[in-house]
Amino acid sequence: MAIESDVLVVGGGLAGLTAALAAARSGGDVRLLSYKQSTLRSASGLVDILGYTPAGDGPLTDPYGAIPTLPETHPYRTVGVDTVREAMSLFDEAAPTYRGAHTDTNALVPTHGGTVKPTGRYPASASAGLASDGRDMLLVGLESMTDFDAPRAAAHLEAAGVPFDVRGVEIQFPGDLRADAKVTRYAKLLDTDGEVSVRGRERPAREALAARVAPHHEGEGRVGFPAVLGDDDPGGVRAALADHLGAAVFEVPMGPPSLPGLRLEDHLFAALDDAGVSIETGNPVTGFEGEDRVEQVFVDKNGAKIPNTAEQYVLATGGLVGKGIDSDREAVHEPIFDCHVAHASDRYEWFDGDVFGDHPFARFGVDTDHHLRPLAADGDVEFENLRAAGAVLGGYDFAAEKSGSGVSIATGYQAGHTAAQEAS
Amino acid sequence: MSDAESPHEFEPAEPNTGEEFETVEVFPEDSFDLRPGSDSCYKCSTCDTNCPVAEVDDEFPGPKFQGPEQWRLKQNEEDYEIDDSVMDCSNCMRCDNACPAGVPLSQMHNTARGEYVSESMSKRSVTYWRNRILANYRTSARIASTVPRLANFVMNFGPARWLMEKTMGVTSEREFPAFATETFREWYSREGGAAGSRERAREHRERVGDPVDADKKVAYFHGCYSNYNTPEVGKAMVRVFERFGYEVVVPEQGCSGTPMFANGMLDDARRDAEVNISSLSDLVDQGYDAIASCTSCSMALRQEYPELFDIEGVDEVAANTFESVEYLRIHEDLPGALEDADIDDEMAAEFAYHAPCHARNQGLDRQAVELFGDLEAVDIEDVGDSCSGISGTYGWKSEKYEKSMEIGEEMFEHMEHAEGDTGMTECPTCAMQMEHGTGYEIRHPLELLEAALVD
Repeated sequence: MAIESDVLVVGGGLAGLTAALAAARSGGDVRLLSYKQSTLRSASGLVDILGYTPAGDGPLTDPYGAIPTLPETHPYRTVGVDTVREAMSLFDEAAPTYRGAHTDTNALVPTHGGTVKPTGRYPASASAGLASDGRDMLLVGLESMTDFDAPRAAAHLEAAGVPFDVRGVEIQFPGDLRADAKVTRYAKLLDTDGEVSVRGRERPAREALAARVAPHHEGEGRVGFPAVLGDDDPGGVRAALADHLGAAVFEVPMGPPSLPGLRLEDHLFAALDDAGVSIETGNPVTGFEGEDRVEQVFVDKNGAKIPNTAEQYVLATGGLVGKGIDSDREAVHEPIFDCHVAHASDRYEWFDGDVFGDHPFARFGVDTDHHLRPLAADGDVEFENLRAAGAVLGGYDFAAEKSGSGVSIATGYQAGHTAAQEAS
Repeated sequence: MSDAESPHEFEPAEPNTGEEFETVEVFPEDSFDLRPGSDSCYKCSTCDTNCPVAEVDDEFPGPKFQGPEQWRLKQNEEDYEIDDSVMDCSNCMRCDNACPAGVPLSQMHNTARGEYVSESMSKRSVTYWRNRILANYRTSARIASTVPRLANFVMNFGPARWLMEKTMGVTSEREFPAFATETFREWYSREGGAAGSRERAREHRERVGDPVDADKKVAYFHGCYSNYNTPEVGKAMVRVFERFGYEVVVPEQGCSGTPMFANGMLDDARRDAEVNISSLSDLVDQGYDAIASCTSCSMALRQEYPELFDIEGVDEVAANTFESVEYLRIHEDLPGALEDADIDDEMAAEFAYHAPCHARNQGLDRQAVELFGDLEAVDIEDVGDSCSGISGTYGWKSEKYEKSMEIGEEMFEHMEHAEGDTGMTECPTCAMQMEHGTGYEIRHPLELLEAALVD
């Protein structure tokens, strides 16, 4: 026997979660396997679609308008612009606290480095921080959180020519937290409005934090904090701070570990639960059986090989960072199904000499047919019932284009949807 | 030294070329080399966001420090002593499941804690003996269960508990679990032992039309708790497995080691591991699979043993150990069997389910909800992904009790919101905490399977 489903998705990132959701919505009995916890908590929580062209032009105003101009090998061209729109609607439905769906135009969101990122969707917690908003801005950094230097971020934004005045100040978070307190520690204190000690007196954390900011607040219409404002009740935390400060409050998305990413993960897992998807994390898929079709895959649990079988499979294991694509000194490969990954035989041709140059490795991944089925070196379909989605796909440089989330959502949607149709 | 200052000898253009150096044997031959794991850590801190202790305890530096960072400090500073904060780690092992780079965090914590206890902790301190007694729960349980009624009285007798709190630092806030008047093992032999189980398994095979001689046999690792405290879980395991045609043998066994790992008592853990591996590997060689009903026991056999002990047969046992429901889910058509099952009237119909932390690395944290979610007669609700807070012996320590309850608060709230007033979990100490925080009766998934499938 084996653990059975109609559609089996391997990978728990944005592509895998979207594939599983799309497949379940299309009526399939779906199972999702992820080696570890979802990697979304390593992501900023911003959901980009396309910020720049592959040639580096941008920031783009209308990502959808630019899709038809992309090279034919780009995953967006494989699925087509209509699928991208359908996929984004599925995302919007699954992530109710996300904003940006009202327009095709990219939003401009300040990052913790003080740059401005073009993005398709952003968490509600970031909405009062948009760079297109004319209200003056106060950025508040926390002394112990070295990832966000508020005065420097403010100076960067000013230099970028934002249409408002922006200042950055640094304060100490109230209470006696350790210098390396975890983002979850701040979030828990603010969620529960727990007591913190200020000059020997116990005060609720939200009020005490606002009191630390107040002396620096010179009437700016909005105040931004690093993204630690609550995990379970971020809306409540922002509202309370806004009330105390008399200004709109927003979060600046941060690097990993990221609470906005964690909250997005919670939304998507809740959507999968509602859709009846079976989920297992903790152990890797390490092998499979099958010739022209994938018959079953094996989850390795400390040496035990647990068979999982399905009609259709989706490969959403990520790229070079997520280990869905692996390399050694000789070659680049896809470790589970050994799908073909095109690359130069000389590894010195895998990268460009310039750090920010046009690196071939950034586009490493599997090539597919129009149904997202990986292709072998000779151009034949590797397995008739295997589709690929997200960063495991080749042909695009998500970091340069700012297209990582959108490609994952669009190809995950397409792969999951088609897999479920084929399976029924 | 800050990261910004670079060591003077280092010349980026010509990194130390031509210099002679001798290779040194850094790692004693009998220790595990944790260097690759340490090198894999790229400091993303995802582990820290999963740590239930760091979320409430301002003294605790979190798993990233306890694991890879402390391991490095240990290599570079000759007189480096393990930081005593390693004793505040509850060994929930959530960081393992969190790490995107596969760093063996809990292995690092276990080895560091073992080293701290053996080298830096006074063997004459009350804390050491308190921890040792808590860690060796099986020893106390074995003695207590020879006089269960007396033990139940004494262990929850107010003045005795006051004394334990004052002298030993065992919290008097909790009620000690009751000892059964008949242990699981006593019941199993009364039912005819292995021969009786074989007989019943054959009857069930016959009933469903399977070959009577089918090669379906498992070795049950009941652990301490199912034996001394909740034999009904062990009985349910035997009855459910026999119902699917499995013969169940109950081999000689000690404690899985879970409470010993958490208290850094690695010698005690190894002593019992040797017994367990020896009896289970013989059975594995004969074609048995090892089945545990406690997710911490299965975790110990599967992951902690091979990570900590170089005992012959340890890998074979790990690869052939399963949690009970997981095993049936792989080998039998459980959803099919449950489809038209009736539930005994005595069993509750609504459950607030909590997934034990130790179920997570094994990929089992959702299986009960997914399995029973399809049952018409049963409502089961997941009470969220927080830790229960007790983490075995952690919540029994006076100085940890408050934190333990603070960690558990989220779970208690979700339990109160869920329908019904019965809880469900695979872990005996999570069950203790669930009961302590809400007053609910707590069941094991096997008990519900028994109520659904066994006449």
